[in-house]
Amino acid sequence: MRDFWNNALRDLGKIGVAYIMITVGAWLVFMILIPQLIMLDYSFRPMLALRDIGGPKDVWTLKNYLVFFTNKLHMAIFFKTIWSSLIVTSAALAICYPIAFYLAKVARGGKVGLLMLGLIIPYWINELLRLFAWQIILADSGIMNQLLIFLGIIADPINFRAGNGAVVLGMTYAYILFMVFPIYNVMESLDRNQLDAARDLGASWLRIHRKIVIPYAKPGIAVGCTMTFMLAAGTVAAPQLLGSPSSFWFTQVINTNFECANWNQGAAYATLLMLLCMIFMFIMLKIFKVGLKELTQ
Amino acid sequence: MGQDVNLADVSMRFGDFYAARDINVHIEAGEFFSFLGPSGCGKTTLLRLVSGFMDPTKGQIKIGGKDMRGIGSNNRPTAMIFQNLALFPLMTVTENIGFGLEVRGVPKAERIKKVEELIELVDLQGVGNRKVSELSGGQMQRVAIARALAVSPAVLLLDEPLSALDLKLRHHMRAELRNIQRRTGVTFIYITHDQTEALTMSDRVGVMSIGKLEQVAVPDVIYNNPATAFVASFVGETNRLQGTISSIDGEYAVLNTAIGQLSCKNPQRLSQGEDATIFIRPETVFLTKESGAPNLLTCGIKNLSFEGAYAVVTLKTEKEQLLTMRLNNDGTAPRIKTGDNVKVTFNRENAFVLKNGDSSSA
Amino acid sequence: MKSSKSIFRIVFGAYLALFFAYMFLPLIFMTIIAFNANEVPQITPWKGFTFMWFGELAKDEQMWNALLNSFIVAFAVVAISVPIGLGGALLLTRLQFKARDFVYGVLVSPILTPGIILGISTFLFWDSYMNVPGGLWTAILGQATFITSYCMLLIMSRAQRFDLTQEEAAFDLGATHGQVFWKITLPFLRPALISSVALAFMQSFDNYNTTLFAIGVEQTLPIYIGTKLRSFISPAMNALAVVFIALTIIGAITYEYRRRRELIKTG
Repeated sequence: MRDFWNNALRDLGKIGVAYIMITVGAWLVFMILIPQLIMLDYSFRPMLALRDIGGPKDVWTLKNYLVFFTNKLHMAIFFKTIWSSLIVTSAALAICYPIAFYLAKVARGGKVGLLMLGLIIPYWINELLRLFAWQIILADSGIMNQLLIFLGIIADPINFRAGNGAVVLGMTYAYILFMVFPIYNVMESLDRNQLDAARDLGASWLRIHRKIVIPYAKPGIAVGCTMTFMLAAGTVAAPQLLGSPSSFWFTQVINTNFECANWNQGAAYATLLMLLCMIFMFIMLKIFKVGLKELTQ
Repeated sequence: MGQDVNLADVSMRFGDFYAARDINVHIEAGEFFSFLGPSGCGKTTLLRLVSGFMDPTKGQIKIGGKDMRGIGSNNRPTAMIFQNLALFPLMTVTENIGFGLEVRGVPKAERIKKVEELIELVDLQGVGNRKVSELSGGQMQRVAIARALAVSPAVLLLDEPLSALDLKLRHHMRAELRNIQRRTGVTFIYITHDQTEALTMSDRVGVMSIGKLEQVAVPDVIYNNPATAFVASFVGETNRLQGTISSIDGEYAVLNTAIGQLSCKNPQRLSQGEDATIFIRPETVFLTKESGAPNLLTCGIKNLSFEGAYAVVTLKTEKEQLLTMRLNNDGTAPRIKTGDNVKVTFNRENAFVLKNGDSSSA
Repeated sequence: MKSSKSIFRIVFGAYLALFFAYMFLPLIFMTIIAFNANEVPQITPWKGFTFMWFGELAKDEQMWNALLNSFIVAFAVVAISVPIGLGGALLLTRLQFKARDFVYGVLVSPILTPGIILGISTFLFWDSYMNVPGGLWTAILGQATFITSYCMLLIMSRAQRFDLTQEEAAFDLGATHGQVFWKITLPFLRPALISSVALAFMQSFDNYNTTLFAIGVEQTLPIYIGTKLRSFISPAMNALAVVFIALTIIGAITYEYRRRRELIKTG
């Protein structure tokens, strides 16, 4: 312990060490740890009127959690959220993998920059506005319906918003960048010569991808999937704009709780959401055998 | 002006590992002193202890008579030239050299003057405004030297500064460093694993094995009168033979070896019956036609390597022992070739027997 | 072999084209609609070219208020996240201690936490325990919680490539800790710090999920947009989108232009 402080002071000086300890300490304690603990605490307390707080009724209880397990509707929504998020993740992966590979290994210099820009520019525009674009496209009188009617595929406009289709579509659109970049980053460092050598030895592209590229890109794929899933499961924007009461998202349930000032219930549900994300992340890490350190933007 | 540096019982321990152990040495003011030893022997550690990057776990370091414990590197009258030079890449040459003055608050006009003086001293005219990355290896060296001298240190510490340079430049820089040291009178503490460097540049040399200081002496003595087996094998080429002391004769001894009885000097005053090693420098072995001389060996020539000014001859004795001999190309050596049988000998004044210790495989 | 390669190229080329159409068409539609004098934001029926939606947007006081709040929050978030991110980066790259990996994990965890949870926890903490009701302050802190992590990672990747012997040399020449940091370390980190400022600003300005739960009744621009889009859709929102798109394109062109100029200069 003494060595640590001696070395620290020697390296960074008194002010430097103080600066680091204070800033990181404040961040760690007041922004990361304590709020989480308080939310956790809230989730274990019943919703009480102001005057009852601190009184006899203020006890620790699992009631908020039990409510969830007995509420069929909420549970259905929860599992539907998971399922839809998985669809979003898979769709994004399927779409983005070829793009990432193309950017990393196939495209030549100047093209790469241009394509990257083409990828990034849409993301500088607010997520909500981009979702709004889909809202317009998928509306009853929207372009999609008009096109389908024009082509004679359908006779009456489809209400895209009933059901999860619109939400899933919108989310995939919104989170593509988060899937492309991690995979691209990892693929970029793959030595081009390996692929050429494999080709030279007669391997088909399918095999090359299966045996060389994918194993190498595993960390990137894991990161991309984790981020996409967590964004999908944890976002409010897309469900709000593209969904309907019948396609309620779990985050919206949480929101409703808060709007009704039932913070305790909301906190409990939020904790459940958090657990879900953590479990998903662990599963991802295990499947892809990746460590926690692979995080670059 | 230079100050003296004194290390008393200095030890540096990292966990269970001793990087330096019981180092005692006094370096005179204005001296060019080198620490010579193989990689990992602890010479870099010593340099860092003197410069103040760490305090020794035991012992005392004094500069100019003043105890340096607790005083950080920025407050010691030392300046260091790092192995990778550590020049500031975002600054120009002038800014680099003037850095030490800048942080001391020296006013700009004075700073500019001093920097110009130093640029003259190290012969770097004309590159003042260049970025460090645009310089050649030799030029970067000189910037590092000028930068260190700018703060008028009493002691200049040099960490193998020439190891990255090519041969010709290295020779040139050796002379330059020596010149600068003489002109400024600053105490130089130089560390290297290159014995030629240490022997040609220094007033005195300290030879180090793993963490220990084996011998401190002027180059002549280090070479001709090594105090331990380690120094004898590390410095210069040598023939080494194990044996047991069969008799003693004043300053001399006779060693019973695999190839016979050899007589030599006995500087460590070893006694009869002790196991020891005899060291014979190749250039002291010569051909002879006499018989009956002490230290006479009959050998076959296994290999002859002509290297210009001299030839290196590998000899094989009757007992299959290999010896190296150096023959100067001064016209007096008889013409010999591989496969010949010859008689060689050496003067017992030029060989010595030392206690078996850890020899290096330098 | 050759023909299959060119078939592959054609197919992939089509895929790329489709992909970028997918990315850009929605935006193109948005832009067109903003100029359509149709109260219902659609491309057809086309009721004439007009700027009126831009006018309506400009008259919306709520929008300007939200915009102002967005700037306030963003500046505050930058002021918090970059210095603390720097502290975190220094802690993890310069100090050795056994729990380092663990601390790294904890400090990076906000990135992996769903935004709404950060918003909720920040709100609960400050509203109940600190008596600061939901508003700009809680939004700032909620955002800063994870934006600091991003800044820290950015600065770390630069800090890890720093040659520490430069600091040693500076010390050796007599500099104090402060001087070493100011003259040697900071100039080296500068590019990363600048990127952090840009990143923090953009992430804060754009943030919805965390802000929604932390901000109480106040509004930043995304919150305003979200509320508007859920209630009464008007092409004024398209006008806003066009403003965003225009700014983005200008930004992209400027960036590309500067980058090309840099390349020519150093090329």
